[in-house]
Amino acid sequence: MTHSSHILICRGTACVSTESQEVQNELEKQVRERGLSEQVRVVHTGCFGFCARGPVMVILPRGTMYCEVRVEDVGEIIERHILGGEIIERLLFKDPQTYEPTEKIDEVDFFRKQVRIALRNCGHINPDDIEEYIARDGYKALGKVLTESTPEEVVNIIKKSELRGRGGGGFPTGLKWELTRKSVDDIKYVICNADEGDPGAFMDRSILEGDPHSVLEAMAIAGYAIGARQGFVYVRAEYAIAVERLNNAIKQARQKGLLGKKLFETEFDFDIELRLGAGAFVCGEETALITSIEGNRGEPRPRPPFPAQKGLWGKPTLINNVETLANIPAVILKGPEWYASFGTEKSKGTKVFAIAGKIGNTGLIEVPMGISLREVIYDIGGGIPDGREFKAAQTGGPSGGCIPATLIDIPIEYDSLLEAGSMMGSGGLIVMDDSDCMVDIAKFYLEFTCDESCGKCTPCRVGTKRMLEILERITEGRGREEDIDLLKELGHGIKETSLCGLGQSAPNPVLSTLRYFEEEYMAHIRDKVCPAGVCKKLSKIRIIPEECKKCGACTKVCPVGAIKGKPKELHEIDPDKCIKCEECIKKCHFKAIKK
Amino acid sequence: MELMEGELEKITAEVEQVIKDQGTERERLIPILQGVQEKLGYLPKEAMKKVAEAVEVSEVEIYEIATFYNQFRLNPPGKHQIKVCMGTACHMTGGNIIMESFERRLDIKEGETTPDREFSLERVACVGCCALAPVVVVDENVEAKVRPTRVDGILLGFDMEKKAAEKEMQKAASEQKTQEEEG
Repeated sequence: MTHSSHILICRGTACVSTESQEVQNELEKQVRERGLSEQVRVVHTGCFGFCARGPVMVILPRGTMYCEVRVEDVGEIIERHILGGEIIERLLFKDPQTYEPTEKIDEVDFFRKQVRIALRNCGHINPDDIEEYIARDGYKALGKVLTESTPEEVVNIIKKSELRGRGGGGFPTGLKWELTRKSVDDIKYVICNADEGDPGAFMDRSILEGDPHSVLEAMAIAGYAIGARQGFVYVRAEYAIAVERLNNAIKQARQKGLLGKKLFETEFDFDIELRLGAGAFVCGEETALITSIEGNRGEPRPRPPFPAQKGLWGKPTLINNVETLANIPAVILKGPEWYASFGTEKSKGTKVFAIAGKIGNTGLIEVPMGISLREVIYDIGGGIPDGREFKAAQTGGPSGGCIPATLIDIPIEYDSLLEAGSMMGSGGLIVMDDSDCMVDIAKFYLEFTCDESCGKCTPCRVGTKRMLEILERITEGRGREEDIDLLKELGHGIKETSLCGLGQSAPNPVLSTLRYFEEEYMAHIRDKVCPAGVCKKLSKIRIIPEECKKCGACTKVCPVGAIKGKPKELHEIDPDKCIKCEECIKKCHFKAIKK
Repeated sequence: MELMEGELEKITAEVEQVIKDQGTERERLIPILQGVQEKLGYLPKEAMKKVAEAVEVSEVEIYEIATFYNQFRLNPPGKHQIKVCMGTACHMTGGNIIMESFERRLDIKEGETTPDREFSLERVACVGCCALAPVVVVDENVEAKVRPTRVDGILLGFDMEKKAAEKEMQKAASEQKTQEEEG
């Protein structure tokens, strides 16, 4: 039976939060009630990436995209679009600047500049149905390598693609496979690192939710290449939807004989189990992840020996990140030359980014390496909202750094980001405008790493704490001029002497903001002022007496009752009570409250 | 936190069941603790002792693991669980002000439960809805673009719900009483 229309509705985490499930239920109900079940098929998919406008819906074959669809809109969609063949302009995406509507999903700027390889199936297939994955060439790459290639040839294909690890480090994937392949042992393991912990990044989760089979298929290919028969996916227990879809995908793959014994009627056996991570940022580090699977506190081990030599239970182990793996089937099917045709000389292929912060189109994107930061922010991201000015972009989360507005034309690739004092990281990209304080953002990241430091080595355990104390006193107006040098000295010391990647990169947010925004630090220290007005102890919200119309509106919205004064009396803010939530600033019609 | 009546019996029974399902190998330790927390909602001291005995490791090793991973909680969850997102996007849009508002209104700190076990308050690192920042997850519902006034609204909603339920119960009780009197 073929359907004449397919309605794809996003069931990623952000769209679920804006009630895409309810919209889907209503769609299914109305399709059934109107006797359209033979013509119209409703499919839930993974993340489209356009989270800012969720719930997102795409109707095939036209490819019409509707945004922010509500349950009340369902009747009209069936009536006018499906039955009447009309386009409902009201629900189309409109350019935030020109208000011009765009009908088709692939014509929207947000999607036009993207190249989707790792995300190729996200938003196109129902992740709970293996048939849909197979229909889009799923498991074909596994079949191809098992029947046509030797393990050495597979390793060479990956090496030739020049794919580098997408989890943060950027280690050449083919080389990692080769090293693990060369370790001699009867038992080897493949681990998929899905312990995504960077606050503000959700690429891996979206891939697992939207296309779990691509990761399973890639693990089996890796198993064949290195000589492993068992794989583990180490995924955060908090990712409930991803865990459920992975479990379901493993079950379906086993039923189809795509996991288990004698795959594709060869002698190759491969199976996969899930291990639920219990929430520790350091477990994203490969040796810490291994100790965690073994049932311990996730503390890293010194390397060498590398996991490729001695990993899980002392056996050679290959650990790849989710996004890295999701690229593998496409590399095999389309060839390493095709993959390497994207990107720059030293960074091939594409990278997925979660863009968030002060940007129009918050969401998930996949772009070719080497694209400029400007294109990402203005062409894809839709620019900075509220007429504010771009100040800096943060990449690499707690391990990365800030790129200031002066470097907005920097190409996004491993080496140029490192040179600028940041790093690619796992793909979080936070955009900041002139109302964000760089000292505060550095403190935020350091608080995170300080809290997540496992405590095994001293530089990281004690050093990050000392740095945090210094930042705290700077943001509270107790900073000393010599603090700047002290922060730099400590930062470099921690980078050089920490045991694992967490400590070695923890000072980056501080060092990079010091590099580009030292003046802002000095304003906090010398002038006791937070120029962006973020640091609470250094900023004050006040009512301008001449502007105040004494209407009393602000006194009602203040959640802590810090504003004194009855209507017709001059209002005043009690600075000791004020929590700087700025509700009053937003409420005042006369712009009489300023910070 | 004090155990309630019958709680110790429940803890013992659930822990025994989880250990039966998972086995007692050292590498199963984290899944065992995850299983116990799934059943009981948290890891009571008594449960950790029982797990230590079964897996034959010292109690401190269990405590070490329970405090290392963010997923494990040592306090019982409240009837309503409030999780304030502290990811980067939420931080920049005032997530900490939202956390403070809950702390002030509930008179507890993050990681704690109100003495009547009505509410528990936690911070979480990025729930992946950065487009909706700042975000609070109340029970299973995601609250988008939360302002301090919305915090009051959320708590007021639960308060009204509770009062309505109490009123219902009183009404039912008095109706039953009249029926009994008439009967």
